[in-house]
Amino acid sequence: MKLKQYVSRHRSNLVIYGVVILGFILMQSLSSAKLLSSSVQGYLVPICAYIVLAISLNLVVGISGELSLGHAGFMGVGAFTGIVVATLLKTVIANKVLLLVVSMLCGGVLAGLFGIIIGLPVMRLRGDYLAIVTLAFGEILKNLINNMYIGQDVNGVHFAIGTEKPVLAEGGSMIINGPMGATGVTKLASFPVGFALILLTLFIVLNLINSKEGRAIKAVRDNRIAAESVGINVTAFRLKAFVVAAFLAGMAGALFGLNFSSLTASKFNFNTSINILVFVVLGGMGNILGSIISATVLYVLPEALRGLADFRMILYAIVLILVMLFTWSPKVKELRSVVSAKVSGLFHKKEVGADE
Amino acid sequence: MKAVKFLQYLINGISIGSVYAIIALGYTMVYGIARMLNFAHGDVIMVGAYASYCVTSYLGLPAPVGVLVAAVVCTLLGILIEGLAYKPLRGVPSLAVLITAIGVSYFLQNAAQLIFGSAPKNFKSIVTMKPLVLFNGGLTITGEVIVTVLACVVIMIGLTLFTGKTKMGKSMRAVSEDRDAAQLMGINVNRTISITFAIGSALAAIAGVLLCSTVPTLMPTTGSMPGIRAFTAAVFGGIGSIPGAMLGGILLGVIETFSKAYLSTQFSDAIVFLVLIVILLVKPAGLLGKNVQEKV
Amino acid sequence: MNEYSKKIVKVPTINLLREQDMNKLPVLDVRNLGIDFGGLTAVDNFNITIGPTEISGLIGPNGAGKTTIFNLLTSVYQPTRGSILINGVDTKGMTTAKVNKLGIARTFQNIRLFGDMTAIDNVKVGMHNQIKCPFVSSLLHIPPYYKAEKAANEKAMELLDFMGLTEVADQKAGSLPYGVQRRLEIVRALATNPSILLLDEPAAGMNPSETTELMHQIRRIRDTFHIAIFLIEHDMNLVMNVCEAIAVVNYGRIIAKGTPEEIRQNPAVIEAYLGRKEDA
Repeated sequence: MKLKQYVSRHRSNLVIYGVVILGFILMQSLSSAKLLSSSVQGYLVPICAYIVLAISLNLVVGISGELSLGHAGFMGVGAFTGIVVATLLKTVIANKVLLLVVSMLCGGVLAGLFGIIIGLPVMRLRGDYLAIVTLAFGEILKNLINNMYIGQDVNGVHFAIGTEKPVLAEGGSMIINGPMGATGVTKLASFPVGFALILLTLFIVLNLINSKEGRAIKAVRDNRIAAESVGINVTAFRLKAFVVAAFLAGMAGALFGLNFSSLTASKFNFNTSINILVFVVLGGMGNILGSIISATVLYVLPEALRGLADFRMILYAIVLILVMLFTWSPKVKELRSVVSAKVSGLFHKKEVGADE
Repeated sequence: MKAVKFLQYLINGISIGSVYAIIALGYTMVYGIARMLNFAHGDVIMVGAYASYCVTSYLGLPAPVGVLVAAVVCTLLGILIEGLAYKPLRGVPSLAVLITAIGVSYFLQNAAQLIFGSAPKNFKSIVTMKPLVLFNGGLTITGEVIVTVLACVVIMIGLTLFTGKTKMGKSMRAVSEDRDAAQLMGINVNRTISITFAIGSALAAIAGVLLCSTVPTLMPTTGSMPGIRAFTAAVFGGIGSIPGAMLGGILLGVIETFSKAYLSTQFSDAIVFLVLIVILLVKPAGLLGKNVQEKV
Repeated sequence: MNEYSKKIVKVPTINLLREQDMNKLPVLDVRNLGIDFGGLTAVDNFNITIGPTEISGLIGPNGAGKTTIFNLLTSVYQPTRGSILINGVDTKGMTTAKVNKLGIARTFQNIRLFGDMTAIDNVKVGMHNQIKCPFVSSLLHIPPYYKAEKAANEKAMELLDFMGLTEVADQKAGSLPYGVQRRLEIVRALATNPSILLLDEPAAGMNPSETTELMHQIRRIRDTFHIAIFLIEHDMNLVMNVCEAIAVVNYGRIIAKGTPEEIRQNPAVIEAYLGRKEDA
């Protein structure tokens, strides 16, 4: 009885977990049966990372109702932190999975810290102003990473920011080399860990939604003044959601960064932030399953269209515009409801006919 | 000598700031009237520059014809984009319109890439004026700088007169103040919004030609960074405010040039955005913006 | 609280006071309150004292500044002049959320429920500061979360039951009938555990039988929770029947204060509502 109650109350959450687990089992078995082409194999980890990014941004944009245009900045912080930590701890932690997990955690924590630093001033602003400030912070983070040098040699770790590149002793190597980014990264990321990260993200985000904080966040989005009137500190809650999202984005960034042998800061620019936002909006604001599906489809789509060469991005743009018009336009909505009413009317008549 | 250097940077800053200001005007007018962030605006600049490039380089026609064609092409493009992509979405959450605008931006960039290729084109400056050299070569004011700043001033005066004196301008102000009330007063809101897009896009074309005359390379992504900068400038000055966009644009250009010259070349982006953040924290609605309180 | 202890006042209350509230700290003590919007004075020289278990009313013609006064009391607006003391604590510079924690809760003239959430969730949002559950257990759903949620559910159902809303607990707040929404808003305000409840036109849009029911409920709220109620209402039947004291405002100033009987006969009030004789 208790189980039944639990299932009925959490049906939508269970569906989300189910879809993710099925997807993992499917891809994992295809992969171990060597049925996946190497290019598809290569998409698996980035897709995991983008799913986590989309879910975490959905927490900010969809659930908490704040437009953030700098999510890629947190991803970048996580990615480069992950790369540095993984390189430094390579000799300490032998187990690759453990090393990856530790690197991701560090990436998440640092991104979360940046989330606090950025969120404290930003969360006092509203609407489009908040959007522009998150955009600005994203660009600042990218700019800083782009001019950061971290190297390692026998004397220890060297850090510099700006023009002065640290001089390393013989045998030393640069981990992050300014605009050149990180090169020679050990590829640690794996699909199972990516899958585990998605589960963790779902666990945290869905729990948060179904808690007093989640109610408060939704209340603030629905009606800020009413939420304040019942004693909810609006800024505090927006900040909590923002920081949790930054933490998750950082972890996803580390996973992403440790999937490629080289990486530059320019990857984490405004366009990437926008792409993640597109995943969220097309998947449906506040709809977690939607974020998962749209992140997957929209990541694969341009890759799948590669055969069309120059036309692929233009097709992507057209698809994007058409989908937005189709899902949002009041006229199309009206048309759809008329059509669906006619169709259901058709079925209804048939039923009546069958009865006679 | 230091003072002359300072003057040189200031003039360069005002010049690039004038371009930002002209672009920001388009952003701010559209925002004020349609309440949407038109992220495709930056790419309209690029289209304008390509249009002018075609006319002057391929057809070999004189520069003024290039500017005129660019303005006409962009005006039509602005009306077309608004009618096809934004008009059907009137009244829906602004985020949906924002994503559509991003789609339009991708479309324009990739269409340009398809037609012109991704290799940068060498844009021939439309200004043939000789540079003014003062202080024995210590200070150089190029023809482009003079034309840009003049264009900016003329546009500013023109727009102020337009919104203040003409019937259409007054309708625009009314729609931006309260769309429903304006409609009830018999103002054709749809037409007003279309015309706003048309004006904004024509300005973008001029900005595109001026921008590419100063920085003579043209590629499909030419518009995106100045677009973001100009958007920042519009917010800087208080989005929705025409003098604000002007002030914001010029300030942004000056801050950018000075931080490159005196602080750090690498971190000029970070510095510009940091100043923006500080300004917004002190004045959450921008320098000249109005802070609207929600009615309870 | 310590920093405020100096500001606690124990003045003899000015008027509008029930016997049982005598010699007690007023729950609300407003002095010389005023606010200007631009050059326009919306509220001026507004004074009122409300005892801990009093039901009082604020009436006046449309646009007299009644809702503005509520907005001042709940820190939606910051006053230009004067001071507001809730349970003896000056609310100067506080946020709306903070003054709610001091003990003031309200409803809104244009209902502001969380429309997408169920009725019970609306109440649970109101109980937010009463639910003791650390952020970590919210994130990880460890046992303290379940304990806190269970207690919150029970309390919320109790409150809903109190206003006769048990049946709509799981319905979306936005889809409820108007009168039900008004009552739900009261429950949500009560859930914050206030010592004074502000009701902004609670009977607006209600039919006569609903209004009669509401009158009983308002009295029952006071008698059960032992709190003060301060309401804005245009329904004179409700005001005269329920309120023990009434303040009348016009053009942002109090023009009369007293018992319902006194107000009914006050010439200034009659003039404000009906206009001058020569106008009529």
